Amino acid sequence: MAKYILKRVFYMFITLFLIATATFFLMKTLPGSPISSASKLNPTQLAAVEAKYGLDQPIPVQYGKYMANLAQGDLGNSYQFKGASVTDLILKRLGPSFLLGAQGLILGISIGILLGMIAALRQNTIWDYGSTFIAILGISIPSFVFASFLQYWIAVKWGVLPVALWNDGWKSSILPSIALAMGPLATGARFIRTEMIEVLSSDYITLAKSKGATGFEVAFKHAFRNALIPLVTVMGPLAAGLLTGSLVIEKIFAIPGIGEQFVKAIMVSDFSIIMGTTLFFSVFLVFVILLVDILYGIIDPRIRLSGGNS
Amino acid sequence: MEKILEVKDLQLSFHTFAGEVKAIRGVNFDLLKGETLAIVGESGSGKSVTTKAIMRLLPESSSEFKSGEILFNGKDLTKLTDKEMQKIRGKDISMIFQDPMTSLNPTMTIGRQITEPLLKHQKVGKTEAKKIAVDLLRMVGMPKPELRIKQYPHQFSGGQRQRIVIAIALACNPQILIADEPTTALDVTIQAQILELMKDLQKKIDTSIIFITHDLGVVANVADRVAVMYGGRIVEMGTVDEIFYNPQHPYTWGLLSSMPSLDTAEEKLYAIPGTPPDLLDPPKGDAFALRSEYALAIDMEQAPPVFQVSDTHFASTWLLHPDAPKVEPPLSIIERMKKFPGSRYYEGVRTNG
Amino acid sequence: MTQNLEKLPADSFKRITIDSSQAEKISKPSLSFWQDAWLRIRKNKAAIVSMVILLLILIMALIGPYIGPHDAETQTITHSNLPPKVPGFEKLGILDGIGTLGGTEVDLYEMKKVDTYYWFGTDGLGRDMFARLWEGTQISLFIAFVAAAIDVLIGVLYGGISGYYGGRVDDIMQRIVEILYGIPNLVVVILMSLVMKPGITAIIIAITLTGWIGMSRIVRGQVLKYKNQEFVLAARTLGASNNRIIGKHLLPNILGVIIINTMFTIPGAIFFEAFLSFIGLGLQAPAASLGTLINDGYQLMQFQPHILLFPALVLSMLMIAFNLLGDGLRDALDPKMKD
Repeated sequence: MAKYILKRVFYMFITLFLIATATFFLMKTLPGSPISSASKLNPTQLAAVEAKYGLDQPIPVQYGKYMANLAQGDLGNSYQFKGASVTDLILKRLGPSFLLGAQGLILGISIGILLGMIAALRQNTIWDYGSTFIAILGISIPSFVFASFLQYWIAVKWGVLPVALWNDGWKSSILPSIALAMGPLATGARFIRTEMIEVLSSDYITLAKSKGATGFEVAFKHAFRNALIPLVTVMGPLAAGLLTGSLVIEKIFAIPGIGEQFVKAIMVSDFSIIMGTTLFFSVFLVFVILLVDILYGIIDPRIRLSGGNS
Repeated sequence: MEKILEVKDLQLSFHTFAGEVKAIRGVNFDLLKGETLAIVGESGSGKSVTTKAIMRLLPESSSEFKSGEILFNGKDLTKLTDKEMQKIRGKDISMIFQDPMTSLNPTMTIGRQITEPLLKHQKVGKTEAKKIAVDLLRMVGMPKPELRIKQYPHQFSGGQRQRIVIAIALACNPQILIADEPTTALDVTIQAQILELMKDLQKKIDTSIIFITHDLGVVANVADRVAVMYGGRIVEMGTVDEIFYNPQHPYTWGLLSSMPSLDTAEEKLYAIPGTPPDLLDPPKGDAFALRSEYALAIDMEQAPPVFQVSDTHFASTWLLHPDAPKVEPPLSIIERMKKFPGSRYYEGVRTNG
Repeated sequence: MTQNLEKLPADSFKRITIDSSQAEKISKPSLSFWQDAWLRIRKNKAAIVSMVILLLILIMALIGPYIGPHDAETQTITHSNLPPKVPGFEKLGILDGIGTLGGTEVDLYEMKKVDTYYWFGTDGLGRDMFARLWEGTQISLFIAFVAAAIDVLIGVLYGGISGYYGGRVDDIMQRIVEILYGIPNLVVVILMSLVMKPGITAIIIAITLTGWIGMSRIVRGQVLKYKNQEFVLAARTLGASNNRIIGKHLLPNILGVIIINTMFTIPGAIFFEAFLSFIGLGLQAPAASLGTLINDGYQLMQFQPHILLFPALVLSMLMIAFNLLGDGLRDALDPKMKD
């Protein structure tokens, strides 16, 4: 297991190194100056500003510096916000994004598991069709479409919850969390349904029944755990989906989170924030995938004891 | 002897997309206390379905009892509610499955899996149950049971897992043990060990065994009586000697001829031609006739009734009808029959066995 | 055990010979894999409905921009922000051109003295939303189909080569995939659309850059699974060439999986296009795609909900239909599900 984790961590660093390098050079190929007010400045002023951000130095030197800073967690300075540290800008906005993500994930996954269980235990009944239909909607309808309609109906038309912004405390987080929950809900429901159906048809379930276990015991003591364990494997894609969702949903609900900042940075071409956030996202996702792999080894006794699954 | 289980005219169908599959089409047999009854037949003959029907383990949404009853100590199992059935499963009737690699829950320690029926059916506490589980494991020949009880199924070999499954099945001293091809998935040497173990345990706890198999070698080894199934019916039933040395049904002849043996030094093994009948649309008459070289005209029209050969021996083939022509069974069968007193080829040289 | 038998006619007991070929006869008609799959999918109502909906949307995407009374580009400022009005429906009280203005309901067509019909209304520049919607659908579908085709092509080739040749080739190719797979799709798509000049090509490249990896992994797995199976070994022993083994033995077996996966790649591409357009990285005005239309509509949602409604509806229907069809195909083509 330790060897396996080491190998995975090694791969993770290669991936992150490549992403960082690619990000850096891609940004360098961009047309025009990253300094937003470039056109208004005369050549000397421009040179001064460029010097301030180290943009006058040769590319390899800039690259070396950039990577060295990165290793220390320094993502550089924003062009847009008068040289504020990108790391600080991201950390400052982590709170709302994290809250939405966590709420959305927990809400979505728990309802998804519930729906999946119901569908599998009541296979080919109206319950099954209903929960499968909800899951299909959740997979299919893009989160920004769903979020727009939530906002239009519940906030604008009914006025039940805040339309946008982060001014009403927890209430402000309800609608965006629901919008974010749809993805994990659908993924969870579909996954658990398939897994449960497969597990329920396995020999050890028949054995459990032949021991005299009740339907409830069979479903929850024997089948549920075995169906739940593989759900961990979709946590990686789920996390990626949450990030994608957070960009548009924070934009729609004007949440002061990382996603909204990122989308704004795209509008005004603040490359250091774009670069920094991209890297932040990458680190997050790569870590989640690593974590999921390790977690899978811990909760599945077959892997836990035989050491590594590769 | 006391009849512990009686299956009377059992008919059962599965409802599939393609239509109604008549998997069991009128099965009759009984099981005596302490005996081992082997049910043999090829895949799809209905042998597994019969036992799963006794346990009521078939999916209720797609399977349907069409008629008949399964009397266990006088109670008709087909009429019991799920709750009543759960009290019987694992306590009075328990089951061993074919593939020990998949029949244990991979994420549960074997200790918990063995104690589950104990906690369920017997009034014992957790510590007591654990003690019994250790004893059970020792009884099925597992070394260091105190340690192994905390382990997970994947830490055991196939033979060991089958021993665990047997321990689970025997936990509550059941009156009937159904073994559904318990040795098919095991190596030959392990097979012999498991069979020996089952025979030993049967003596110890005095249980009746229904042993499903397609391996006639195993049948000869373990069974007291044999039922031969074909196309959802029992075509011949008798004691081991009757089935092996005085078989009457052409299908039994085919089965026996296709079994390799040392004393009949035949060069070529016999293979029954054709495939089992499609039970979606079962043949009108004798289901085996299409594959039989002994087919009679009536086989195409009408299913044969059951003819009694001896007190314990029954066969369902038109060949036993008084008007039927006398046919010569295959040579290897005649060789067998020569050893059986009471068969028409008996030479009286040796006593049976 | 009845021993007293009824008397049967004597010739019932004549021995007959069974034609042994009859015993081997297969009673069910034999169906090819595809016939069987078609029979299965025909039973799946959701998949059939999805197919019809997809076909309708596809047809509308092709002819929609030309069948209405207006084209997609003409800006008629005096006709801006009109709600939908369809001849025939107006008498039913829906799609009658009545919208809210300053909180009260008024017939905006009458107010603005418009004597023509805009079936799906107009946007802020007075462009016909009906024509624009189908033009946007056309572009979204075009992007999705091209991106999916490229994904399939690269994925099948890469995965096929990697799996079929195995050994060192496979080793090296899989190390590369392992690293690429670690890079989040979202990050690549965003970076690429930032770097390239915004447009259809940029979006397609951004989507396909990592999109093929999933397909390649699946194809490799399938090739590995089949290439060591007995029927392929048998073909090889009989001297079949690589081309023949790939074309006659491997491809037909993995085609089902490729088709299923493609059915999920297309909605994925549709989604990414719409997503990029929504966060401002997609097509630039005046070009329309479902994503940009939704983005435009979102800005005006509070006052002109119809501008958001129709593209959001078409986008959602496309996604649902593709997913349902994919599910149906998976059930139909997956031999594991065979009863």
